[in-house]
Amino acid sequence: MKVTRVLAVMMVALTLGFVSCKPKDADIKTAVEQAVAALPDATGATIEVKDGVATISGIFKDETAKAAAEAAAKAVKGVKSVINNGTIEAPVVAAPVVIAADDPLTKSVADATKDFPTVKAEVKDGVVTLTGEITKPNLIKLMQSVNALKPKKVDNQLTVK
Amino acid sequence: MALQDKYKELTDAATAAGVTDLQVREQDNVLYIDGTAPSGAVKDQLWAIYDKIDPNFVSGDLVLNVNVDIAATVTKVKVVTQSSNLNIRKGPGTDQPIVGKAAHHEIITLVSQSSEQWWLVRTDDGEEGYSYARYLEPVTE
Repeated sequence: MKVTRVLAVMMVALTLGFVSCKPKDADIKTAVEQAVAALPDATGATIEVKDGVATISGIFKDETAKAAAEAAAKAVKGVKSVINNGTIEAPVVAAPVVIAADDPLTKSVADATKDFPTVKAEVKDGVVTLTGEITKPNLIKLMQSVNALKPKKVDNQLTVK
Repeated sequence: MALQDKYKELTDAATAAGVTDLQVREQDNVLYIDGTAPSGAVKDQLWAIYDKIDPNFVSGDLVLNVNVDIAATVTKVKVVTQSSNLNIRKGPGTDQPIVGKAAHHEIITLVSQSSEQWWLVRTDDGEEGYSYARYLEPVTE
């Protein structure tokens, strides 16, 4: 009888021991999540914790942000080690500006200036140079047209009358 | 970066007004702003800001290319020349022969927008050809 009682107590103690282990990982997970979420560039990170080992995954802006998340996780009490599976997002490269070649540009500039006989236009290496004179309302119309033709630059030397 | 600061009011206004596909790029001391405006009024507003920042557009440091998004449902356009008739040409270019004319303020059919500059149109008399888009204004029914 005594032996079984002792065994029963041991069983209960063991069960409690296992149960108390589980919320610990969950608590650590919450703490790590909070620590990482406080970083400015770690919005997409997810955290898993198993037996005190924290695994970080998600996309980071750069290596610094990834390392910062790892450091923040390591600093959390109860974290034994950190596996950092975070990846770095591909840098956004702006598409280069498209500049029209001189031949089509000369033709389209001629179309755009045709109705303004007091305006002269010259195209060289993508730069459209406008000379002569124009009224203010027509200047806006002409500039709107010329700016849409993919010039490198519009050198407006027009006299506004 | 200096140019982006100079024209910040313009790019902010473009974002606020709902300009889509907005791209702001600086290259060889020229700032290129591209995008699609939801209406002609927004485009005019942006040009007014450009004129305010750089009066009469003399600095040559900005290429502002904001087009107006024309809904696919638009089939009629109004001729908005100053007073004269609008030429309808055989092909897209002022070097192309004139095949017809549309009167000032006449409402004609928009067949297609073959380019940003030249639109294929048809008059009620059946004359079909290309006209310069600057002189055509979408008519919303």
